[in-house]
Amino acid sequence: MNIAELFSGPLLSATLRMATPLIFAALGGVFSERAGIVNIALEGIMLVGAFAGTMVSYYTQNPWLGVAAAMLAGGAVSLILAVNSIALKANQVVSGVAINIFALGFTGFMLQRIFGHAGQSPSVVKLSDWSLPVIKSLPVLGPILGKHTPPVYLALILAFISHIVLYKTALGLRIRAVGEHPRAADTMGVDVFRIQYLCVFVSGLLGGLGGATLSLGLLSSFVENMTAGRGFIALAAMIFGKWTPLGALAACLFFGYAEALQMLAQTLGLTIVPREFIMMLPYILTMAVLAGVIGQAVPPAAEGKPYER
Amino acid sequence: MKRSLMLVLVLLLALSLGVSAKTGPKAVMVTDVGGLGDQSFNDAAWRGLGRAEKELDAEIRVVESSMMTDYEPNLANLAESGADLIWAVGFLMTDALENIAPLYPDTKFGLIDAVVDAPNVLSVTFKDNEASYLAGVFAALWSETGVIGFIGGMDAPVIERFEVGFRAGVMDTNPDAEILIGYAGNFDDPGKGKELALTQYNRGADIIYHAAGATGLGLIEAAKETGKYAIGVDSDQTVLAPQHVVASMLKRVDNAVFFGVEALVKDEFISDHLELGLSEGGVGLAYSQGVEIPDSIKKAVGDANEAIAAGGIVVPSTRAEL
Repeated sequence: MNIAELFSGPLLSATLRMATPLIFAALGGVFSERAGIVNIALEGIMLVGAFAGTMVSYYTQNPWLGVAAAMLAGGAVSLILAVNSIALKANQVVSGVAINIFALGFTGFMLQRIFGHAGQSPSVVKLSDWSLPVIKSLPVLGPILGKHTPPVYLALILAFISHIVLYKTALGLRIRAVGEHPRAADTMGVDVFRIQYLCVFVSGLLGGLGGATLSLGLLSSFVENMTAGRGFIALAAMIFGKWTPLGALAACLFFGYAEALQMLAQTLGLTIVPREFIMMLPYILTMAVLAGVIGQAVPPAAEGKPYER
Repeated sequence: MKRSLMLVLVLLLALSLGVSAKTGPKAVMVTDVGGLGDQSFNDAAWRGLGRAEKELDAEIRVVESSMMTDYEPNLANLAESGADLIWAVGFLMTDALENIAPLYPDTKFGLIDAVVDAPNVLSVTFKDNEASYLAGVFAALWSETGVIGFIGGMDAPVIERFEVGFRAGVMDTNPDAEILIGYAGNFDDPGKGKELALTQYNRGADIIYHAAGATGLGLIEAAKETGKYAIGVDSDQTVLAPQHVVASMLKRVDNAVFFGVEALVKDEFISDHLELGLSEGGVGLAYSQGVEIPDSIKKAVGDANEAIAAGGIVVPSTRAEL
């Protein structure tokens, strides 16, 4: 393997594909946690989104309606978390874990009920690739960015939009204030609960979109537990990215790259570094960040604490 | 009033417990995390129980495990519920069964793909390497590029048998072929399976064999998308995409599971270790009905089959033997 392989088109293109579901979910995590709500439920939200997307695409033959359904379903599930943690002031981590377990059971059960067989749904219409006319023919960017399913582009754009919303708008300022010091925000007339409901709902929409990316973008069917821990990896990416949209984007791309590189190394028969080690890399790095080894990561000050008016 | 209500409830309960139309044994199974619908060995085991229900009038039930930590409680709950024979499907359940089997000495257990040495356990392993060898012969003759892929789930001894048998088959048929190997690290992530497959297809592979459970469903997706070929595993996966899954290694877990129930009915159940290979009909290779398989390939596979059954070819099962 020569150095050029490390930046080859297929490798970086695979990086983007693998990072996409993570980016959506990690952005969802950023919104929720910036408003002070820990969202462990992303894994379950993605799974429900993946399922709803498949189901709607199956019945309507229209994957875009599937994507919309996935987002709404993700949003609906996130409202359970929102009510639990905002209105009922329940422990947010416990609620999140409960939602994850519920999502796994619920999607498995509905799969049986609707498609009449366990484990895997029938093939449905998936999102077709977009090939970008000008970019496709560019020398370096072409093979990387030229041809993907639409969510790949959407994820990149949404990361920048999220950045602008959080840092350049009044709404973003309010969101950050609620996550840092809800009492102060409240005193200034910000409706803390409304902001929190909004942010958790947005994280649900994004998580659902991440799920649809898997079931309608990468694959064309729902497979039980197909998220396979991506919701948690997205959370790790969000922390690694220090609770910022662009940081999370970079972390997701890095995790995607590590995964793609690991696959390529295996394919080429390179086993200097055991693949188990490369698979651990995202988690090791996240822990390193949390331990302050690679810069400090400070979570929003009021994160996880229910606000009492 | 209260007392009569209680009486009715107790009667109802007694009735519901007593009603069981089945005359055969209560034969149940616990899936590993792959679960039902893996189009693979959990489904095959369930088919075996289905046959036992039909032919032996067994009362059957399946409990799916969603996490590794579910294995022990699932096995224990079924034993407590009075099951006569409990199949633990998959080598991932070995440790759980080792802990549970001694606690219920009157219950019979069956284990697929691994061995637990206890007086109430029937262990069944398959010579996956023999059928994988046939898949290797097939792939070597089918491939036009001479680059052939293999995708495994976890790098465990069972999956190593698939890999090694497959490689032996390829190398004996076409010594110049290049074999690409990839492991996903799990059995339930089709997204990852697809990317691994795309990586191998990108590197020139035109046919890939997998032993990766639901992760391998991603390979089939990649084959459809790129117009290349795949070889399925365990159950007949050619039906999933007949144009692209051109062959499928068969592991007759259904036969093994049925055999266990039958032995129980005939009162012949013994704790033993059965090894089922090509000559016992425990494994095999199925062809797709959706493409034309050249007779030359069928003949070569048939010859290899006979040679293995007759002992002329000894298929390695570990990388050290390869």
